[in-house]
Amino acid sequence: MSELTLFLIRISYLAILWIFVLSAISVIRSDMFGARVPEAARGGGRAAGRTPKPAKPPSRRRGTPTHLLVTEGSNAGERVDLANAPILIGRGADAAIRLDDDYVSTRHARIAASGETWFVEDLGSTNGTYVGTVRITQPTTITLGTQVRIGKTILELRK
Amino acid sequence: MSQTAATPGSSSLMGFVHRRRRGAELFLLVLALAVGIGAYAAVGIGVQEKVPADLLGYGGWLAALVIVAHVVIRFVAPYADPVLLPVVAALNGLGLAVIHRLDLAKEAADKPHAFAQQQLTWMTLGVVLFVVTLLALRDHRVLQRFTYTSGLAAIVLLLLPMLPGIGRTINGARIWIHVGPFSFQPGEVAKVLLVVTFSGYLVLHRDALALAGRRFLFVDLPRGRDLGPILVMWVVSLGILVRQQDLGSSLLFFGLFLVMLYVATERPGWLVVGGLLFAAGATLAYYLFSHVQVRFDIWLHPFDYYNKNGDQAFQPVEAQFGMGWGGLIGRGFGDGDPNRVPFAESDFIVAAIGEELGLTAVIAVILLYGLIVERALRIALICRDGFGKLMATGLGSIFALQVFVVVGGVTSLIPLTGLTTPFLSYGGSSLIANWVIVAILLRISDQARRPAPQLSDDTAAIGDDATQVVKLG
Repeated sequence: MSELTLFLIRISYLAILWIFVLSAISVIRSDMFGARVPEAARGGGRAAGRTPKPAKPPSRRRGTPTHLLVTEGSNAGERVDLANAPILIGRGADAAIRLDDDYVSTRHARIAASGETWFVEDLGSTNGTYVGTVRITQPTTITLGTQVRIGKTILELRK
Repeated sequence: MSQTAATPGSSSLMGFVHRRRRGAELFLLVLALAVGIGAYAAVGIGVQEKVPADLLGYGGWLAALVIVAHVVIRFVAPYADPVLLPVVAALNGLGLAVIHRLDLAKEAADKPHAFAQQQLTWMTLGVVLFVVTLLALRDHRVLQRFTYTSGLAAIVLLLLPMLPGIGRTINGARIWIHVGPFSFQPGEVAKVLLVVTFSGYLVLHRDALALAGRRFLFVDLPRGRDLGPILVMWVVSLGILVRQQDLGSSLLFFGLFLVMLYVATERPGWLVVGGLLFAAGATLAYYLFSHVQVRFDIWLHPFDYYNKNGDQAFQPVEAQFGMGWGGLIGRGFGDGDPNRVPFAESDFIVAAIGEELGLTAVIAVILLYGLIVERALRIALICRDGFGKLMATGLGSIFALQVFVVVGGVTSLIPLTGLTTPFLSYGGSSLIANWVIVAILLRISDQARRPAPQLSDDTAAIGDDATQVVKLG
């Protein structure tokens, strides 16, 4: 086989190798942020099942929580404005609500909003986050007055 | 760290989900097959001056393996990461072709050895175990139950080669067991088990490790009862490896433990402590073991040991000659002489690639390893549970450390220690263990990328709204 053919084979093999590497990187790039899900598809079911539009503004005014209050535990009385959401709860220095509680992890749970709905999400804590009496395993909606228990502390959304 | 850890969780709330990307995976797999089969064809043309007669059969077998893995992922882990499998398939295919090329060279030198044939068998077994792992392990969190069991199993596995009868010393390291016609390196499985142990233990005790304890010389030392069990486990496994004179694996386990401790506690102090321990250990080993001294000396002055002093630097120096001769784009398959390097098909396969495909290909290979590690860390970031996070980090850092130790050794960046190059090197135990690692990583990523299930108490929220409306009305 001629020198030139071998050279071309060598170069084209290196090209294939690099095309593979670059395609893999481009797949990673397009995967970086996932796909944005249209709002309608996500909350569609819920929005359709809701109350008719005219009734909504007053209910929102009445029902929108404005702050998070610690109702029980060593930090009882502490409150954080929901405008600072997402709110990190834990024992660490970066937590918005720093709980002085042996059963609380450094970064224990987080409270965040999606539209009008508030969620509490456990951040892989050791002793868990409870909504009512149920230990949560995924982001869970909370409404006004829902008791969120973290260690010996209980938190609520308030108006 | 805290910010990065926080974003993915909120991302699922803020309105984007990961796509399945199985189509992208298939596309990359086709390219990966082109890398593997193309290399095989190029070897045939370069060495034997004809397209290999069994190209179709070989390519078909490789394609079948990869497609089976892909289809299984489609069914049991539809959200898994799309890049890992193709990258692994490409590396494995390239490795097979290079091993085949070295077989041909051995055949020409009248020392025939069918390493490539055996490696293909191992790869088949690896893919079978990959599929079994994906099918059997539907949720990676069940592994957390086996924290202590797997730690014990790892230590037993590491001890097996010391047993008379089945243990065997090959090339100075007592890390093999022989049962009937089969030989196996139990340490390769032990590293997976140790990752499970470390993550299971650290996820439970990381708060205690990070917060409780006394401050001593800039570092907060954790309490003995928190660190004790895991430290014992680690010292025992490290001690066994040092007794077996398996330097590469000791380095790997040391680094793995340090990385996981650092990630779990978020204390940079551990890296300082670990660095000091490493320096102390290396100095001690240098003065205690003569072979470590020789290794170190060969690294600094290879030519003092080339063609004289027992010719102990023959392997690394020949590897450097080869890579130098290969240059930027290599000699081309068949035009190099990679067989001059002893064990070119296992520890020194990167040197063979450097000689025949050049620096261009070596960089591509290292980038591919980088992609595997990047994907593993990405999985760790988006994973929702601490155990999965730690396990993905641990498995990813196994690849990172292993590639650094072996490629660094071959290119004389660091003293040479024997380890396999993941997926490229000839070696059944390592190949199978690495395929299982990839299966576990894919399982964690499937869990992590799957959109969160519908929120459980939606109905309660609607109920609340409804009552308020009635009140107003």
